[in-house]
Amino acid sequence: MTTSTLQPATAAAKISVRGVTKTFPLGNEVFTALDNVSLDVADNEFVTIVGPSGCGKSTMMNVLAGLETVSTGQALVDGIAVDGPGPERGVIFQQYALFPWLTVRKNVEFGLKTAKVPRAERRERAEHFINLVGLSQFADALPKMLSGGMKQRCAIARAYAVNPSILLMDEPFGALDALTRVKLQEQLLETWSQEKRTVVFITHDVDEAVYLANRVVVMAARPGRIHEVIDVDLPYPRTEDMRLSPEFTALRNRVWHAVYHQDGNH
Amino acid sequence: MTATAAAGTATPGKHQAPETATTLTATVSPQGARAEKKRRSKRSRTMLALNVFSVVAGIGIWWVLSVSGFRLPTPPQVLERAIQLTVDGTLFVDAGASLGRVLAGFALGTALAIPVGFLMGWYWVARGLMEPWIQFFRTIPPLAIIPLVIVLMGIGEQPKIFVIFLAAFLSSVISTYQGVVSVDRTLINAARVLGAKDPAIFARVVVPASTPFILVGMRVGLGAAWATVVAAELIAAQVGLGARMQAAQMYYDLPTIFVGLITIGIFGLLMDRILLFAEIKLTGWQERR
Repeated sequence: MTTSTLQPATAAAKISVRGVTKTFPLGNEVFTALDNVSLDVADNEFVTIVGPSGCGKSTMMNVLAGLETVSTGQALVDGIAVDGPGPERGVIFQQYALFPWLTVRKNVEFGLKTAKVPRAERRERAEHFINLVGLSQFADALPKMLSGGMKQRCAIARAYAVNPSILLMDEPFGALDALTRVKLQEQLLETWSQEKRTVVFITHDVDEAVYLANRVVVMAARPGRIHEVIDVDLPYPRTEDMRLSPEFTALRNRVWHAVYHQDGNH
Repeated sequence: MTATAAAGTATPGKHQAPETATTLTATVSPQGARAEKKRRSKRSRTMLALNVFSVVAGIGIWWVLSVSGFRLPTPPQVLERAIQLTVDGTLFVDAGASLGRVLAGFALGTALAIPVGFLMGWYWVARGLMEPWIQFFRTIPPLAIIPLVIVLMGIGEQPKIFVIFLAAFLSSVISTYQGVVSVDRTLINAARVLGAKDPAIFARVVVPASTPFILVGMRVGLGAAWATVVAAELIAAQVGLGARMQAAQMYYDLPTIFVGLITIGIFGLLMDRILLFAEIKLTGWQERR
């Protein structure tokens, strides 16, 4: 029942992954991390990618980020093939990846400094996004003073500051406890509703995948491929009631099955 | 991989900070925090008292040993000699000569070690070319090349400074290199996706991230330099703490040897404290586990 959704690449697609295969040498063998994967993501769409470990979801992210090259196929952003990282694609890492020697403010300003944005404007832009993620009280704190959730909020502000049109998030809440995780999901959607971007969000949490997304892409392992794409037809803003609703539960169950029963025995 | 054995005791981020990092999110009541602070300051007072006690007791034991038949000078004899050497200026001349050699050799050594370490860490070609030599010379104690440098450079200042330079260089270069290769890949990727190119990544990520390693290397290097200067002076020098002790040995002048040893210890300790202070100031951002 593999529904390899090979949608026609529309001109409107913000991100277009076309027949991407990525192989790694693994000892004497070849490991296929991604096998002929195709996916289109529309502008300002929120797509989550969920799947078992080894399904290539992180490889997919690295390919889109330009941190890894493809073996065959193409990853297009705005119709242009991805060639290396670029500030139009912001990346949020699971391990936060904040520069520990810089304060929250300086971390958020990092990309702006790289882009040679004048000091005053840099300040202002950083301030805006620090406020947006609710860290204004901690603008001058070093990362070591922050909790995991705060660190990730800082990383989100840092990614937003360079004004990317795409946000790539690699299990950003994976290292957080369940309560903080839910809080950050709410906050991310809040931030996203104010500053719309195209988001590709990787997770291994089925609830998270359904709660955040317009569309959930379920991947399968060995070789890494798209197993099923499930539309989430719940409106934004998402609320707690929605999270507890039967519609949500039904979608969640569907995604759960797609993730955990990929061999077809339901 | 190639961490110096000596560096093993002083890995970055493991030394005691003067105050423990307090997490802002921790919900400690003001009273709780105060009690905690009080407890900690009490602990540190007790610690200081123990230190003082230990030093006093050590001198006491020395004194007892020296009057009970061991051929040691008594503490007052040593103090008297220290005053005498200070008043006639010999101590300043000797300490100044030793310190001058150490600082010259150490400055040259680290000034070369940091760029070489960065090159080795950043460019694999440079690593391939330099690593065999550095690994080889690292196994030779700097003192073992003294006979060679004396033959080649004579007995002036140059051979001594060269040996110290080598000692300082070898310990700093390896830790700088270690620092560069152990920079977290994710941080480099984070900088890349924020638009930074190689030169910016180097200056704004690699350099700050390897600072703790460099400072540890400098501390180890300074220790090695100081140990080396005294030994070098023991073999061939007219002035310097080592030379003074060597001369005193001929005249059975134990108090002078003691003054020399204590001075060496105090200077070594002071220099280490200065670098430790710099380390805390410059690398206070590190998360301490």
